[in-house]
Amino acid sequence: MALVEIQNLHKSFGSNHVLRGIDFTVEQGEVVCVIGPSGSGKSTLLRCVNLLEVPQEGQVFVRGEDITDRDCHLDSARQQIGMVFQQFNLFPHLSVLDNCTVAQTTVLKRSKAEAEQIARDTLDRVGLSDKVTAYPMQLSGGQQQRVAIARALSMDPALMLFDEPTSALDPELVGDVLTVMRKLALDGMTMLVVTHEMAFAREVADRVVFMDGGVIVEQGPPAEVIGNPKEDRTRTFLRRVLDPTHVEPTP
Amino acid sequence: MTVSDAVVEKRRGLSPRQRAQRSRGIQYAVLVVIVVVAAFTANWSQIANVFFKPEFVKSAFTSGLPGAFLKTIEYTAGAFVIGLVGGTLLALMRLSPVAPYRWIATAYIEFFRGLPAIVVFVAFSLLPLAFADLVIPLDPYGTVWLALGIVAAAYMAEVIRAGIQAVPKGQIEAARSLGMPVGVATRKIVLPQAFRIVLPPLANDLILLVKDSSLVFIIGTSAAAYELTGFGRDLANTESNLTPLVTAGFCYLVITLPLGLLVRWLEAKAARAH
Repeated sequence: MALVEIQNLHKSFGSNHVLRGIDFTVEQGEVVCVIGPSGSGKSTLLRCVNLLEVPQEGQVFVRGEDITDRDCHLDSARQQIGMVFQQFNLFPHLSVLDNCTVAQTTVLKRSKAEAEQIARDTLDRVGLSDKVTAYPMQLSGGQQQRVAIARALSMDPALMLFDEPTSALDPELVGDVLTVMRKLALDGMTMLVVTHEMAFAREVADRVVFMDGGVIVEQGPPAEVIGNPKEDRTRTFLRRVLDPTHVEPTP
Repeated sequence: MTVSDAVVEKRRGLSPRQRAQRSRGIQYAVLVVIVVVAAFTANWSQIANVFFKPEFVKSAFTSGLPGAFLKTIEYTAGAFVIGLVGGTLLALMRLSPVAPYRWIATAYIEFFRGLPAIVVFVAFSLLPLAFADLVIPLDPYGTVWLALGIVAAAYMAEVIRAGIQAVPKGQIEAARSLGMPVGVATRKIVLPQAFRIVLPPLANDLILLVKDSSLVFIIGTSAAAYELTGFGRDLANTESNLTPLVTAGFCYLVITLPLGLLVRWLEAKAARAH
């Protein structure tokens, strides 16, 4: 059974039809990178996987459970899905440690001591064990994003969603975050990553999904989708991303 | 006339700096005239006798001013707590997905915000007449806290609602995506941040509440329950001199000026955090 299975997903914002029928699965242990031009619906797709966006049509199954079913226990489904946002969304009123324990103690009912131990372990995994007492405002963007990853990991998720995790970072801070994500992938975490980092996708992804205009245009191993794309739209997009100075020949 | 002629022509008048100097000079002159006229025409000894007579200041302190001062603080503090709890409840009701809750909260807020506080106090003073066996506990505190708190809640609800809505949407999304139910996310993530945002305006409401506590005398409290205004008014009546009331008035400043500083400090702190 696939960890995530999406069937015929449709999502509109008003008259803007963002997702136009998505069928898509993520297997246990798989790292999937979703690429595509802005406005192609890739972030919306990701946000539908934990139902931050409610689709108008179609189903999202997580471990076989249909989370679009209104009788589904959405909160317990979400516990299994870690989410990392483009803007980090750390809780500014809580210390780094408390950011990583608040959901553990309130949702998983772990004891404070146990939650803190787990939080320290995950902060260690992202290389921030010296920042436990700091507040998010005192950290760089790259450090904040690593705390956000640790916060999600503290809940022992079966799946991690990354919504353009490096897009809000200064270029020199991107590397630290990608290193953490690479390590996570090597540890066998199932990951669904919306990204513009082609080098990361090529190196880490088991599968790359190219989206455009609310549909999946092409998907497959990175060597095929990025290295040797079949579709014209994929080729055009990759030319623009990989060589920003490239100018389209005017017909 | 050429363009350069026009420039020369303009330079012959006053320069902007000279004009500013002349304007400032006139303002100072007006001020000096007013002060001089006031100093010579007013009957200073009588003014001092009526408003600032030292022996009456002294007698105010010996005949119960400190107690009244304490009462003002007690009335305000209790009403603030009721206002804070009620205001938070009303704010959450206004943002509730259940429509009737929104209607009730909106009606309450609009009603008590639009009504002069003194009308509410008069109503409270008449309650025992309308309901003969009505007993509000903790007399006189219960009645005072309730009357002040009911009005304060309406004001504070709007402030708190604005604070809740000022918490970025990403905060709720992050909390919900960690599996927190709405209630936990509200309590642990949204409200603490909302209160931080509205701390300065809430402290401002507290200052207004200190002053509104002076309306308590309308309820018809006994002499033992007098706060500053009731006390000052009573003593000014018996002494036929305004000094006790002026003294009570200064006591309000003793409370409100530090609170005003607190508001400014909180605002500066909030500005630094962003």
